[in-house]
Amino acid sequence: MSILAAESANPLLPPVGEIIIGTITFAIAFFVLGKFVWPRFEQVFRARREAIEGGIERAETMQAEAKAALERYQAQLAEARTEAAQIRDQARAEGQQILEELRVQAQQESARIVARGEEQLATSRQQVVNELRGQIGQLAVELAGRVVGESLEDQARRSGTVDRFLDQLDGMAGVSPDGRGGATGSSVYVQGDR
Amino acid sequence: MTSSAHALADVLAAEGGGEGGFESPTIAEFYPPAVAEFSVLGVDFEITRITIIMWIATAAILTLLVLAARKASVVPGKLQYIGESGYSLVRDGMARDVIGPKGLPFAPFLASLFFFILANNFMSIVPLAQISPNSKFAIPLVLAVIVWVLYNYIGIKEQGAARYFKDAAIPPGVPAAALILVTPIELLQVFVIRPFTLAVRLFANLFAGHMLLVVFSLGAVYLLTAGGIFPLFGVASFTMALLMTFFELLVIVLQAYVFTVLTATYLNGAVEPAH
Repeated sequence: MSILAAESANPLLPPVGEIIIGTITFAIAFFVLGKFVWPRFEQVFRARREAIEGGIERAETMQAEAKAALERYQAQLAEARTEAAQIRDQARAEGQQILEELRVQAQQESARIVARGEEQLATSRQQVVNELRGQIGQLAVELAGRVVGESLEDQARRSGTVDRFLDQLDGMAGVSPDGRGGATGSSVYVQGDR
Repeated sequence: MTSSAHALADVLAAEGGGEGGFESPTIAEFYPPAVAEFSVLGVDFEITRITIIMWIATAAILTLLVLAARKASVVPGKLQYIGESGYSLVRDGMARDVIGPKGLPFAPFLASLFFFILANNFMSIVPLAQISPNSKFAIPLVLAVIVWVLYNYIGIKEQGAARYFKDAAIPPGVPAAALILVTPIELLQVFVIRPFTLAVRLFANLFAGHMLLVVFSLGAVYLLTAGGIFPLFGVASFTMALLMTFFELLVIVLQAYVFTVLTATYLNGAVEPAH
């Protein structure tokens, strides 16, 4: 029976009924897919793209934040470094200043000490000179008196007199030390004579 | 009963009748008996095995895709991944890349076309069905006519009727003298040959594929029962039937792809004026 149906059939001339059925079937497929399938897929694609873009955006934000933090830290570090350098410079300057001041002070002190010493020296010298002047005058007068009193011709006596006078002088120097100048000064004096 | 088995019954009947010899399959393969017949407004409708196969194929692909899309999420499941991959292939590979920037709105149509053809082609190797509705000229013709109407409509809408028909008849850059030859060819090409080849390419591939499978299968059965050394050739014939089934799988996917890509190409020509 199928052979009978096929006898007159031309495969390139389909019956109208078949065409209509085919059209309806494809139309149904087209509308079902267009309504329930493709929009869902598009939605998922969009969601996925957004998820990826969101992720990239988040990563970018975090990177920017990290970069900002790094810059902040670097700036702080540089600031701290400058500050440290400033403090160091200041300290050095201050140290120098202190040193300078100390030196000046020391110089002043030493100058003062030297000046006082000189002054004292001058005073005591003056005193000694004054004292000596008085004693020398007295001694000279005494010696002259003795020299004149004893015979000038008597050599031996004369030399005896001089020796005695000198001994007397020595003894005087040992007995009467003069106030400032001290014992040392007189002992040196004595030692030098011996 | 499959059509092959049906044909086999015919063969056996022929043998039983004492006629002898191998009865090759005929075009009757594609005209199975009607399951139901009715007439609406003078148009005769015939529901055959092949009609039912088309409905099953369409229902199956719709079910699969709806299931794939129903619980679609950002992280796809296996079924969703397969559905998405198919849709992406058409959407990105054809709608966007072939048609161009204006192509994305056509993605749903192209994808529907692709999956409809794919599912119906696939029935040519599905056991028990083993014939594709696309090996009947009606279905490819319907699809080709839809494509033809669509790209002409889009061409007129996008470029204006005058411009569209002028460009179709007089391709720019062709010397005036050559137009005598070129114009009829171009018009014939755009308005007749394109849809015709589109339909015939799909139909003929599936038609020939089915015929090859039937010939080798029936040949194998016939030779295996023929006696003598013929069963040896029967084994060879059976092997060929298997090989042709795999080849048919290639044709199934390729023809669905080619039909859709060509549709995209024609739409591209309609959307963008010729240079």
